Amino acid sequence: MKINFLKKYYYGDIPEDKAGGNNTEHQGSNNDWPLWEVFIRSKQGLDHKHVGSLHAADAAMAIENARDVYTRRAEGVSLWVVESKHIHASDAQEADSLYEPAMDKIYRHPTFYELPDEVGHM
Amino acid sequence: MENVEQKFQDSVNAEIKIEPRNWMPEAYRKTLIRQISQHAHSEIVGMLPEGAWITRAPSLKRKAILLAKVQDEAGHGLYLYSAAETLGQSREQMINDLHSGKAKYSSIFNYPTKSWADIGAIGWLVDGAAILNQVMLCRTSYGPYARAMVRICKEESFHQRQGFDILLTLANGTPEQKIMCQDAINRWWWPSLMMFGPKDSESSNSDQSMKWKIKRKSNDELRQNFVDMCVQQVKVLGMNLPDPDLKWNEAKQQHDWGEIDWNEFWQVVKGNGPCNKERLEARRNAWDNGAWVREAAAAHAQKQKDKQKQQAA
Ligand SMILES: [Fe+2]
Ligand SMILES: [Fe+2]
Repeated sequence: MKINFLKKYYYGDIPEDKAGGNNTEHQGSNNDWPLWEVFIRSKQGLDHKHVGSLHAADAAMAIENARDVYTRRAEGVSLWVVESKHIHASDAQEADSLYEPAMDKIYRHPTFYELPDEVGHM
Repeated sequence: MENVEQKFQDSVNAEIKIEPRNWMPEAYRKTLIRQISQHAHSEIVGMLPEGAWITRAPSLKRKAILLAKVQDEAGHGLYLYSAAETLGQSREQMINDLHSGKAKYSSIFNYPTKSWADIGAIGWLVDGAAILNQVMLCRTSYGPYARAMVRICKEESFHQRQGFDILLTLANGTPEQKIMCQDAINRWWWPSLMMFGPKDSESSNSDQSMKWKIKRKSNDELRQNFVDMCVQQVKVLGMNLPDPDLKWNEAKQQHDWGEIDWNEFWQVVKGNGPCNKERLEARRNAWDNGAWVREAAAAHAQKQKDKQKQQAA
């Protein structure tokens, strides 16, 4: 049987137009619990690092859920959770102008200075 | 406009990951939302066929392992939902789309788990197939998706190994256990091959997902890897793969296999598989029965907030 598809069907990406089910559009009524960003310190002495996010009703639940979702294999010794809405980020569209000024200051790097070998490790 | 699109494609070509706040074509965003949410739904629905055997596992050890495995799959679903949310899709919308039947999930989970050996076959074949796809997706162009995949892949190999271990134990067991083992392989083999999707030659049109480097291998390439891998492993079990046409192709240096029943494949995708209804019903029930927990937690959180406000005042 030869079937022609409107769209390419890749493993794990089933085109909706070829699939069954009804197409009732539920508009999200925004009943989701708040979103929290999760940070893990993988071991004592290291920084906390962002690992992902999750939903929880409050901070205590966010920490409990983060333990279950992100540290099932002892990935961490400490957890931070921050409500996502409190994170402020630099503008990705302005990344070039924001970080470009750092590019031409090569004298900030130790390799800029050529010193005689006799100086030894410096 | 053309300029940003070209810049986007240049980044992709240079293997620079696309992050949530970067500009991206609307179709790229849409494709990712569809694919990542389908992937998340597959992890969540995928817990059902295995979950059915948690209470019937043959030993405490097997029960603990299966519980841990199923819990991992819940975690995978959550990593993926949160990756999809970075694209602006709400969690609630995704759950609604699953429950209404609009969103799809991997058809493999619409088959029943009839015996304990099925749990072994799922770990070996179904997780095995998923791993090939997921290892490829660790290099996908969208940052949050790639990072979720790295985390998932670290956990997957235990899934496949525990499945193979179940089958190996049965394969070395009583004559009845051997029959059970072969029977499970017979039933899961073809649906596992179908997991990779239609043949490349059957799909007309664009390779957009490849150009955007969301996907990096075609369905046929992945399926070929899978067959070659399983042919080796089934020998260790001393069992057979149920395909008389399966044979080594000297010229290709790969295996050839028989024709997949594409009619069955499309029937299951369209919702007419053995367990489609049952799976969705189980998900809807779980959601509805959990409503009071969600409400209570929200009420508790609000109460704590009010208390804090009062104390501050
Ligand atoms: Fe998984
Ligand atoms: Fe798995």
